[in-house]
Amino acid sequence: MTNKKVKVATVSLAGCFGCHMSFLDLDERLVELVEHVEFDRSPLTDIEHCSADCDIGLIEGGVCNSENVHVLREFRKNCKILVAVGACAINGGLPAMRNHISLEDCLNEAYVHGIGVENPQIPNDVELPLLLDKVHPIHEVVKIDYFLPGCPPSADVFWKFLTDLLAGREPSLNYELVHFD
Amino acid sequence: MNKTIVIDGKVIPFQDGQTIMEAAAEAGIYIAHLCHNPQFTPHGSCKLCTVKVNGRNCSACTFPASEGQNITNISKELNDDREKITQMLFVEGNHFCPSCEKTGNCNLQAVAYHLGMTDNHFPHFFENREVDASHPDVMIDHNRCIFCTLCVRASQEVDSKNVFAISGRGLEKRLVVNSESGLLKDSDLDVNDCAAHICPTGAILIKRTGYKVPIGQRIFDHAHIDTVTLANEGASHDE
Repeated sequence: MTNKKVKVATVSLAGCFGCHMSFLDLDERLVELVEHVEFDRSPLTDIEHCSADCDIGLIEGGVCNSENVHVLREFRKNCKILVAVGACAINGGLPAMRNHISLEDCLNEAYVHGIGVENPQIPNDVELPLLLDKVHPIHEVVKIDYFLPGCPPSADVFWKFLTDLLAGREPSLNYELVHFD
Repeated sequence: MNKTIVIDGKVIPFQDGQTIMEAAAEAGIYIAHLCHNPQFTPHGSCKLCTVKVNGRNCSACTFPASEGQNITNISKELNDDREKITQMLFVEGNHFCPSCEKTGNCNLQAVAYHLGMTDNHFPHFFENREVDASHPDVMIDHNRCIFCTLCVRASQEVDSKNVFAISGRGLEKRLVVNSESGLLKDSDLDVNDCAAHICPTGAILIKRTGYKVPIGQRIFDHAHIDTVTLANEGASHDE
């Protein structure tokens, strides 16, 4: 391995940050990891945009609004390897369960007719990204190179995947590491 | 002298009347499948068990074994096809494993694990399908039905009833219930019926039992579907 550290960017789109929490479950292995890896754009660094030369992009969550689409495209443009992390990135997951309900009904239920709602109105600030009609898995928007299933994938999954990549091996997960739940 | 067929270079015996699937199971060879169960008449619809017989693709669960067959079961081409079929099943229905009671005990999920499937590849349909929770003990979540017809056959062949059927064609295909209202509560399904317990996915579930076995201790959490299936469906053909 050369001295140049591998640049990793991460983001949670329509996710719950559970995959990021699971990533942090690497615990003391994080110390070893940062000897080989530096974090670029990520909630862990608060860097707002990807550098142009990121090596690995880890995407948690599906795509539920216009901002998610822009962010996902930024990651694809700047990361050599893009990875779908967790059930929501892979199939839309829990947020995609709204796909059976019309967007209008969803918004009305949450902001107009919901129990305990005061001053009912649909949020419409220009700062707010517009919701997509449906929640989509990220592979429907950009090319994805690897998929790490799980809700969330365990820290061992991240470890095996990243150490394989860092060692120049084709990443492979054994049976115990692949779970859709 | 035993009659034999060759599967992936291995010579195995068969008896007249056996399908390739039956001969393979007896010899301890797993051929991936979802709609097949040795208890019932083969249906040949899921196509996961497609093998190459003397160069031609055939469904192992329906194709009779016969002398001189040289069969390929495991090849990259066949397994890639199986993976694509499984991915199509995942995108056609709404299979959200983390929120499904059947996770870990689900044959669809286990076949996906077996094939090394980590994504669904195709665009999702996100079709709106119904849940029928009308029956006091059994529920149907149509989101997870893969139309394998195991419940249809179990009801007819084991329970001597006729509770389920598949109606419609192509994308309009649906599992229907034989009752005037179309609801499960008005059918003669009993919680002890074979049909109530045979679903390979989480489409037909027994109420109030979902989390008796915690996630992490379920059948396929640690055991591969090939070993589990051969233990259940191999030599003795007992379930």
